[in-house]
Amino acid sequence: MTQHAPLFIVLLPVSAALLCMLFSRIQKNLGSWIVIASIAGAFLSAVSSLQQVIADGGKALHYWMGNWQPPLGIEFVIDPISGALAVLITFIALLGSLYSLPFVKEEGWLHIGGYYTLYGLMTVGMCGMVITGDVFNLYVFLEVMSLSGYGLIAIGGKKSMLAAFRYLLIGTIGASLYLLGVGYMYALTGTLNMADMAVRAAEFLNYPLFALALACFVVGFGIKMALFPLHGWQPDAYNYAHPGSAAFIAGCMSKVPAYAMIRFLFFMFGVDTPAVKAALDVLGILGVAGILLGSIMALAQYDFRRMLAYSSVAQIGYIAIGLAMGNLYGFIGAVLHIINHAFMKSALFFVIGGIQYRFGEVNIYRLGGMNKKVAISSITVTLAALSMIGIPPTGGFFSKWYLLLGAYTSTQYFYIGVLVISSLLNAIYFFRILEQMFVQREASLTEVHRHKGKLGLPFPMALPIAVTGIGIVALGFYSVDIVTDIIKIGLPEVLLK
Amino acid sequence: MEVLNEFLRTKGIYSLVMILFFLGIYGMVLAKNYMKKVMAMNVMQVAVIYFYLCFAQKDGAMVPVLDGITNNPNAYINPLPHGLMLTAIVVSLGTTGVALALLMRIKEIYGSVEEVEVLRRASK
Repeated sequence: MTQHAPLFIVLLPVSAALLCMLFSRIQKNLGSWIVIASIAGAFLSAVSSLQQVIADGGKALHYWMGNWQPPLGIEFVIDPISGALAVLITFIALLGSLYSLPFVKEEGWLHIGGYYTLYGLMTVGMCGMVITGDVFNLYVFLEVMSLSGYGLIAIGGKKSMLAAFRYLLIGTIGASLYLLGVGYMYALTGTLNMADMAVRAAEFLNYPLFALALACFVVGFGIKMALFPLHGWQPDAYNYAHPGSAAFIAGCMSKVPAYAMIRFLFFMFGVDTPAVKAALDVLGILGVAGILLGSIMALAQYDFRRMLAYSSVAQIGYIAIGLAMGNLYGFIGAVLHIINHAFMKSALFFVIGGIQYRFGEVNIYRLGGMNKKVAISSITVTLAALSMIGIPPTGGFFSKWYLLLGAYTSTQYFYIGVLVISSLLNAIYFFRILEQMFVQREASLTEVHRHKGKLGLPFPMALPIAVTGIGIVALGFYSVDIVTDIIKIGLPEVLLK
Repeated sequence: MEVLNEFLRTKGIYSLVMILFFLGIYGMVLAKNYMKKVMAMNVMQVAVIYFYLCFAQKDGAMVPVLDGITNNPNAYINPLPHGLMLTAIVVSLGTTGVALALLMRIKEIYGSVEEVEVLRRASK
C-alpha cells in the first residue's frame, strides 16, 4: 500500500472532486465532506511518502505510472523538497476546506458541490505540479490549477468576475509561454522527462535556443507566481476571491510555480550555466523592485486583503532574491520562505475571512477592539505579523536569516540593505493593524453572522486560525530540523560542489 | 534571393508561427472588446500548437503505424508532439469555455463586454 502513496496524493482528490457534484445532488453536504476526507487522505499519503524519502536518507522516490519506465512513461518524483511542499499544500488545503464550510453552509447544493469540486481540483493541480517528473505533465497540472483557480476567484461575488477574467487572460499567456519553452526544449533534447532532459540538455546549454527556452520558462512562471512587473492580476484576484478559498489561493498558488522555477533552474539546468546566471540576475533585479514597490503599495492600502496581496508581491521578491544569490544559503532561505510564507499568508487570510464572515468588514481602520471580539484571530494576526517582519522565534526570522547569510556569502551586500528596508516597511504596515486591533477603541460594527461563544467564530473557522498561528511559531522552533533533515538532504547537485 | 530562399526554407514557417503568437498577445493587449481578447487568446494558443506540429513534421516519412515494411524509427513521423497537442487543444478548449462563461456573467452584471464601458460601470 505504501509504495502507491505518491499516486494517492493526486488520485484521491481528483476522484473525490469529480464525484463531488453527484454526491452533493444526493445530499447537500455529502460532497463537501467527501472532498475534505480525500484531501485528508492525500495529506496522509504525502506524509507517508515524505517519511519514506527521509528514511532513505533523501533518495528520491520514483513512482512510474502504470509501470511504464521513464523516459517513455510519466513518473512522479518525491524528493525531500517536493515531498515537503506536497505535505504543506495538502495541509493548508485541508485547513482551508474545513474553513470554507460555514461560508457555503446556507447555499444550495449546486453552489456547495461546485465550490468543493473546484477546491479539490485546485489541490490536485498544485500537488501534481510539485511531484510530477515530466515537463508536459507539469503543464497539464498547471492548467488544472489555474482553471480551477479562475473558478474559485469568480465564485467570490459580482466584482470577482472581472478579476477572474483578467487573471485568465494573463495566466493563459504565462501557460502558453511555458508550453512554448517546453517545445523548444523538446526540439533540442527529444525528451520530456525532467531527469532525462537534465542529462541530455548538458551539451546544449550554450545554444541560443536554450536561452530562449529559459526566458520562456522564467516569464511564464513569473506570471504565475506574480513576480514584480507581472503581478498586475494578483491584487484583484486575491481581493475578490471567495473568502473561504482566498487563504489557500494566496498561500499556495504563487509558491507552486516558484518551486517549479526552482526545479528548472537549480535541479535541471544548474546555476553554473551562463544563461541561467543571466536569468538569475534578472530575477534578482525584479525581486528587489518587487520587494520595495510591493511594500510601499501595501502601505497605501485601506483594504486588509489588498494590503496582503501587495505584501505577497514583496514576499515573492524575497524568494526571487534568494534564488538570485545562487548559493547554498540563498537557496535554503528561498525554500524555507516558501514554506513560512504559505503559513503566514494563509493565517492572515483566514483571519480577515473570519472578520469578513462575522462583521462584513475588511477596512483596516475599522478593526478597533477586535481583540475582545475574536481573541484567537488577534493572537494569530500578532504572530503572523511578527513572522512577516522577521522577529524570532517565529518562522519568518529564520528564512530572512538564511537570506541574509546568502547575501553575505556571495558578497551582495545590496540585498542586505533591501531586506532591512523591507522589514522596516513590513513593521510599519503590520503594526498599523496591531494598533487598530489592540489599542484603538471598539469600532461599532454590525454583525452579519451573529456568533456567541468563546471562540468568536464557528469552530471550523476557529480551528484553522489557531492551527496556522501555532504553525508559524512551530516552524520557527523546528526550522533547524526542517533545514537539516529535509532541505539539506534534498539539495540540488550544483550547490554541493 | 538565395539567402531569402534559404531563410524561408529553414526558418520561414517558424517565423510565421512566431508572428502569429505575438499577434495574439498584441490583440489581447490592445483589443477594446473582451470577446476580441478571448479570440486573440485563442490565436495565441493555436500558434503554440502550430509550432509543435511544424517541428514534428518530416519529409518522406510515414504514419507511425508498425505495418511490417520497416522497423527503422527514422522512417516514421514522431507521434509524440501530435499527442501532446491533442492535450493542449483540450486545455485551450477548457480555457475558452471558462473565459466565455465569465464573459456571460460580465455581460449580465455590467450589460456590456466593451472594456471602457465595463470599467466605467465597475468603478461606480
